[in-house]
Amino acid sequence: MQSRLLPHPLLTLTLTLAWLLLINKFTLGNLVLGLAIGFIVPVMTANYWPDRPRLRNPLMAAEYAAIVLWDIVVANIVVAAIILFKRNADIRSAWICVPLDLTSPEAITVLAGTITMTPGTVSAMLASDGRSILVHCLHIDDPDGIRDQIKARYENRLKEIFA
Amino acid sequence: MAVFTEFLIAFALIVGGIFGLVGSFGLVKLRNTMQRLHAPTKATTLGVGGVLIASMLYFFLIKGALSFHELMITMFLFLTAPVSANFISKTYMLHSVGQDEIPSTGRDVGWAGYDDAPGKAE
Repeated sequence: MQSRLLPHPLLTLTLTLAWLLLINKFTLGNLVLGLAIGFIVPVMTANYWPDRPRLRNPLMAAEYAAIVLWDIVVANIVVAAIILFKRNADIRSAWICVPLDLTSPEAITVLAGTITMTPGTVSAMLASDGRSILVHCLHIDDPDGIRDQIKARYENRLKEIFA
Repeated sequence: MAVFTEFLIAFALIVGGIFGLVGSFGLVKLRNTMQRLHAPTKATTLGVGGVLIASMLYFFLIKGALSFHELMITMFLFLTAPVSANFISKTYMLHSVGQDEIPSTGRDVGWAGYDDAPGKAE
């Protein structure tokens, strides 16, 4: 997989696709230009990618994206309801600490992004050894429940996706 | 059919508008920075999402062309919103939140904003 000509096949694919989507019109010329960018950029930036994230399970990644998208819609409604219908005195915010089993930086980044986008939680900081994540909750009754939900719903899936 | 299409597009625009408004209202209403951070990272996502869905529907159903720009906007939004939220929360924490106000890491090292990484300290 790791040749000098094509150091990062997934990045090549992503760049080509992004180029075509940005152009918004599919022609052969655009495809060639997109492929050229997709080939040149990974070669030029190969030195900045000492470790490449490996996707073990692309199908699982699609499932994860769908779940997160659905959760974002739910999160919007939940947060909107809290903002509109709860008096400030009734909003109980709290910090919680979620211990991580994930070790790959890419997987932790995805998890932190997911936490920020989903129901009433914002990821704020990592432990300095990167094995715990600090999460701020807008309103919770059950801190342990949220922690278990993050671990079961997102982290377990990410463990499957990133080898 | 045309009426139904317009109804659909208008509905998406209104839903987007409502969520955008609620998100902005949250910025005014909530009490501290960490709470306010929740409003723009979430409520506003669906606000922008609603407008983008309306735009895609308009181009697909009325102009008869598939438009993918909206998908790109969504993707860039999802990539950048958590990062900027993280920047804001970190800055705020270092200014106004003491280490005694947040739970411990559950490990023998502290949080990254306050402590050096193990092995990196002098």
